[in-house]
Amino acid sequence: MNTFKLGGVHPEENKIARNHSTETFALPQKAVVFVSQHLGAPSTPVVQKGERVKTGQLLAKADAFICANTHSPYTGVITKIDLATDFNGYKKPAFYIDVEQDEWEEGIDTSDSIERDIKLEPQQIIERIKDRGIVGLGGAAFPTHVKYMIPNDKKAEYLIINAVECEPYLTSDNRVLLEHSEEVLIGIEIMKKALGVKYAKVGIENNKPEAIAQMQKAAKDFEGTEIVPLKTKYPQGAEKQLVYALTKREIPSGKLPIEVGCVVNNVGTALAIYYAVQKNRPLIDNILTYTGKDVKENKNLLVRVGTPIRSIIDYCGGLPESTGKIISGGPMMGKAIVNIDAPTVKTTSSILVMTEKESKRKTQTNCLRCGKCVSACPMGLEPIQLSLLSKQHRWEEAEKECAMDCIECGCCLFTCPAGQPLLDLIRVAKSNIGAIRRERSKK
Amino acid sequence: MGLLKVSGSPHVQSRETTKSIMWNVVIALVPALLVGIYFFGFRALALTLVSVASCILFEWIIQKFLIKGQQTISDGSAVITGMLLAFNLPSDIPFYLVIIGALVAIGIGKMTFGGLGKNPFNPALVGRVFLFLSFPTEVAKSDWPTPQPLFGSKIADALSGPTPLAQIGANNQAGLNNLDMFLGSTGGSFGEVAAIAIILGGIYLLLKKIITWHIPVAFLASAGIFAWILNLCGLTVNPIYHLLAGGMMLGAVFMATDMVTSPVSKKGQLIFGAGCGLLTILFRCFGPMPEGVSFAILIMNALTPLINKVCKPKRFGY
Repeated sequence: MNTFKLGGVHPEENKIARNHSTETFALPQKAVVFVSQHLGAPSTPVVQKGERVKTGQLLAKADAFICANTHSPYTGVITKIDLATDFNGYKKPAFYIDVEQDEWEEGIDTSDSIERDIKLEPQQIIERIKDRGIVGLGGAAFPTHVKYMIPNDKKAEYLIINAVECEPYLTSDNRVLLEHSEEVLIGIEIMKKALGVKYAKVGIENNKPEAIAQMQKAAKDFEGTEIVPLKTKYPQGAEKQLVYALTKREIPSGKLPIEVGCVVNNVGTALAIYYAVQKNRPLIDNILTYTGKDVKENKNLLVRVGTPIRSIIDYCGGLPESTGKIISGGPMMGKAIVNIDAPTVKTTSSILVMTEKESKRKTQTNCLRCGKCVSACPMGLEPIQLSLLSKQHRWEEAEKECAMDCIECGCCLFTCPAGQPLLDLIRVAKSNIGAIRRERSKK
Repeated sequence: MGLLKVSGSPHVQSRETTKSIMWNVVIALVPALLVGIYFFGFRALALTLVSVASCILFEWIIQKFLIKGQQTISDGSAVITGMLLAFNLPSDIPFYLVIIGALVAIGIGKMTFGGLGKNPFNPALVGRVFLFLSFPTEVAKSDWPTPQPLFGSKIADALSGPTPLAQIGANNQAGLNNLDMFLGSTGGSFGEVAAIAIILGGIYLLLKKIITWHIPVAFLASAGIFAWILNLCGLTVNPIYHLLAGGMMLGAVFMATDMVTSPVSKKGQLIFGAGCGLLTILFRCFGPMPEGVSFAILIMNALTPLINKVCKPKRFGY
């Protein structure tokens, strides 16, 4: 069975919520929707304070190339457009909405029926993806339409769908695969058409046998789409690792997957594209896993963007007494939540409540030079070396040792028996190298 | 429930710690100790206890009064140094020598550099070589104690006088027996004699993923091949005797694999192991002393930073 080339680790899987069917989470009474929820230039608001908006109506539009539209997940009155604190603790402009009963914008199909015919032409599909505010739901929130504008000197051969879900605890992709197999496969057909490619490969780790079986059965009707089980190993869902696992092609350092003829999208994005193209639905909700060892109820929830994180926690029985840390995303690459009153965004795929015990780091001892970080690094780097260079502020040397190739998967820090803060130090080096590079390009 | 914690990812870590690694090595050394006790009596056990206790005591004193840092004795590394140091010695050596050896091993070999993880040389070997060179009559002796099983009958034809290693040095293989050397019923340092016990410990370390096969296999293979070539030229005994005699097994499995003093990358580890094997045979066949393992490993320890510099892992995407 295929997997990636170098390194990798096996954290405890802890997919506690895997068998819980997705429930639709009730609309909140008051919601906060950030103006920009993507990577790139900020979007510009197109509605005013006091205006009443419908569900699915455009709230902020993309003016730049790498930018995405934001739509209203609710019907209601915009009480103000002001700064709000996100879960990281940063203040960002947001729409405050008093939520009423849903009243959908004209032209959006909200029925459950499955639309199989793909009527739009490739260029129209890309336009629709852009218009409906689709961003990459793997976590980076990169505007999806940009990936579909292939430079003239490059050619796409494969569409790669990331359904790996290699992070421990997370189960939302698993639910998408089980509950929306056909929609996902239609979404993939749409993406193939937009890219003009014949083949798609869907990578799923073999710790999800039900999802693999169901997708393989459903994919029989879709020519050129192959469901590929992969040997479970973290970080298989990292772009470069996944492309290698599925095609044996190595993306060169500093380049994008298109360099080796691949376009990579998450399975959640495939579903969002299905809704956007077949149903004209903008990206206003997503499936979120609420999980943790001590939480009362582990759940997979269909949540509208802008729902306060606290209301989700309360709905699932409140925070357990043992809580030490709350994370948005998985335990390997997710971010610790600073503010639980923050609203969800398009890419909030999970709320993970970790116990006090789990959130304690190992006691630090001297580095043993055991080399386990080197063996674990999926990029073939030497975390021990990079962290030493970082401690001594030797940024140029760290750059020569390929610090910028670090994908921040965390395998080094995970595996280090001496509890050294390897990735923390490498991040410091990366940000300093970044600053040096910007200086250089100015000259 | 207090304040929520916030930190960079990853938010989970493996269970393995410095402590768990070190104590697993201690466990892996137990079979060799038991065989040593079986053949050389409780004197071997007493020697080990004195050695371990002095290593712990010296580390505690240095940490407390000189470095003034947090105590590190519970991490188990001083126990390993103490065991390995004792294993390298004849079982009838006076206790005061072991204590001196422990002081050199911990004081000079380890704590001078800042403690576990910072030492360039294997501390136990530093102690051993110091004793070896300073007290040659007591340590590199000519009349080693004879193995006598604790239970059952005496070994009738047990080797007395020269150890297999001394015979190898003299290029004389008369009377050497593979099985005896494999099981440990020969003269020699009491923790080194039984290849089977050391291999057992090595398998445990491999299963626990504390060592990888690279260093031991490269070490033994290069020693075996080089000894075989010399054997063909009539310069030394059968290579199998080389592999089973003296500190070869203990060196390859426990000493050379010390993570602190060996290279980080797999490629580097292969070079390191091969270098150890080659040097050992060179010293054994052409050096003035019968044993070469300690010197070979210490020399390769010195080369480790250089090997690390040369052997970079293959980067992804280049």
